[in-house]
Amino acid sequence: MMAEDGRIPGSSPSPPEAEDLGRREFLSEVLTVCGGAVPLFLGAVRVPLAAAQDSEYDATEHFYGMGVDVNRCIGCGRCVNACTVENDVPPEPHFTNTWVERYIIGTDGTVIVDSPDAGINGFPPTEHEEGILKTFFVPKLCNHCEEAPCVQVCPVGATFATEDGVVLVDEDYCIGCRYCIQACPYGARYLHPEKHVAGKCTFCYHRLVEGLVPACVEVCPTGARIFGEVEGRPTPLAQFMRFNMVQVLKPHLNTKPKVYYANLDGEVR
Amino acid sequence: MQGYIYPNEFELQWSLLIVLYPYITGLVAGAFILASLERVFNVKEVQPTYRLSLLTALAFLLVATLPLLAHLGHPERSYEIFLTPNRKSAMAMFGFVYAWYLMVVLLVEIWFDYRADMVQWYQQSSGLRRWFYYALTLGATDVSEKSLKFDDSAGRWITIIGIPSAFLLHGYVGFIFGSIKANPWWSSVLMPVVFLFSAIVSGIALVLVIYMLTTMFRWRKIDMACLEKLAQFLFYALIVDFSLEALDFLHRLYESEESIEILSQMIQSRLFISLIVLQVLMGTVIPLILLALTSPALRKGGFVKAAPELKQLIFLTSAVLVQIGVFSIRWNVVIGGQLFSKSLRGLTVYKVELLGIEGLAVTMGLLLLPFVILWVLVKVLPPWSDTEASAPSPVAG
Repeated sequence: MMAEDGRIPGSSPSPPEAEDLGRREFLSEVLTVCGGAVPLFLGAVRVPLAAAQDSEYDATEHFYGMGVDVNRCIGCGRCVNACTVENDVPPEPHFTNTWVERYIIGTDGTVIVDSPDAGINGFPPTEHEEGILKTFFVPKLCNHCEEAPCVQVCPVGATFATEDGVVLVDEDYCIGCRYCIQACPYGARYLHPEKHVAGKCTFCYHRLVEGLVPACVEVCPTGARIFGEVEGRPTPLAQFMRFNMVQVLKPHLNTKPKVYYANLDGEVR
Repeated sequence: MQGYIYPNEFELQWSLLIVLYPYITGLVAGAFILASLERVFNVKEVQPTYRLSLLTALAFLLVATLPLLAHLGHPERSYEIFLTPNRKSAMAMFGFVYAWYLMVVLLVEIWFDYRADMVQWYQQSSGLRRWFYYALTLGATDVSEKSLKFDDSAGRWITIIGIPSAFLLHGYVGFIFGSIKANPWWSSVLMPVVFLFSAIVSGIALVLVIYMLTTMFRWRKIDMACLEKLAQFLFYALIVDFSLEALDFLHRLYESEESIEILSQMIQSRLFISLIVLQVLMGTVIPLILLALTSPALRKGGFVKAAPELKQLIFLTSAVLVQIGVFSIRWNVVIGGQLFSKSLRGLTVYKVELLGIEGLAVTMGLLLLPFVILWVLVKVLPPWSDTEASAPSPVAG
């Protein structure tokens, strides 16, 4: 489903090879050290790289979404962990860009849902084996809706949708009114306790522009998360959507989510 | 916590300060609409409260933005809402609606109404005071009959513009909540209308209390005709408000959408005191009964004959109860809308903190501040019409 090196299959143009990067980094380092600007070391390395990628990445050529195969999720929580490491997710356990929910449906129809610490450490064993009809895990994250209510309500336009279909927050612009958090039907947003601006999943946008898939997708051991172009390309996501009956969360709200679930139970909200 | 809530829902987003915001703007809109009763609809009985209502509206409007500012993550960026508003956002319009109401409606109406008096105060006083009142007249010191007539007609027109503006100011606050489709407790087309009528209720009740207290502390006689008229309008507004709330409730109950279960749980547990006891029973039903019996709303002179002093006490009690009720309405909307998870599977809790920027102390301060401002406004622009007539004032004496 996914390329071995974590790249987005079919994404073009392909970024420089890892080897080239190393070489370029090395040259930059040599130049910088020779220049005697040791404190600027890292900056000097990063700036030319970023500039090189900006010219190569064309947002208009992409439109991203994610697929989630509920049957494949084992609730290990590695995705949540990877997200926390990769992104600036606040240390408090109750704020998270992505989380995993466990559903335990009893034979009598009762539904118990939990997500201890967003599922980052996996799940404790179920207390009673008897009386359980079925259990399953559901990974959740920002749905990067096409008709995103958060984008609609932001009073200053700090929350916006990129051309390639990713909903982002401009942290230098957000006034911290929290209206977007109220407007999100999926609980995908929070107010960053240190930055005092809205925080959320970015689909690891910093990785996307380098041709990499989001961290949660890359680490998933079972391939439960599938990333790629929503339409028009033979990517794993397109294949996933073709061979599965997919549905989105809370479709009646007409937010047009771009996270598509296969094998989703009706109890999931 | 009870049941399941999304991980990011552990923190309540909008706290006590945001409860204060619709409460205060409601008082502004309500007080203004009461003032317009006299001006546009010629309800002459409430004339003694006309200027008091306008000053009350102004005092509260000046404070209305403070709870919002205090609550922002980056208050220093709040001006962006004026500079680069997102035209699709309901909240982005706030700055403009607020500015329109303050600059175009309230200040201008007060200015036209007080201009002749300000000219008189300017002419009668000396020193700094003289220059202060001159500055307030903006140099327009013509008090000829023609210009006074113009003042009157301009004030009337501004009131006519002001009524829809007051509706806009507060209906808009209701829209901010009512348009959030993600939240079944808020998402209702009735929300702006309910907000509006509860605003009228709270405005009338507030002015009634302020009128009674200020008259008593100035050792003047309370104008019973005025008070009874206020009580009568309070009753009518309360009836409409209650009917709308009941309609909203019945509609939800009858439709029984998927959220009905969790909302019922919330009403029976988390909101029982604030909704059933404070809002419905104490804030609505008891005042309705009291006013129905003693005010001239249903029968001239009321069903129960009572001494004026007793009636005053009953009206005052009703108005105070109504204030508690309206504050509870705001609480139940703002806090209630955040006590259940959008997964519709669990309830969370909200604990009011005592200190801190979002705490009880700041809230009380922000509630008292308008009264301090009103006190200053009343000193600068005395709204009383009975000073010369019924009391020996040093100037006249």
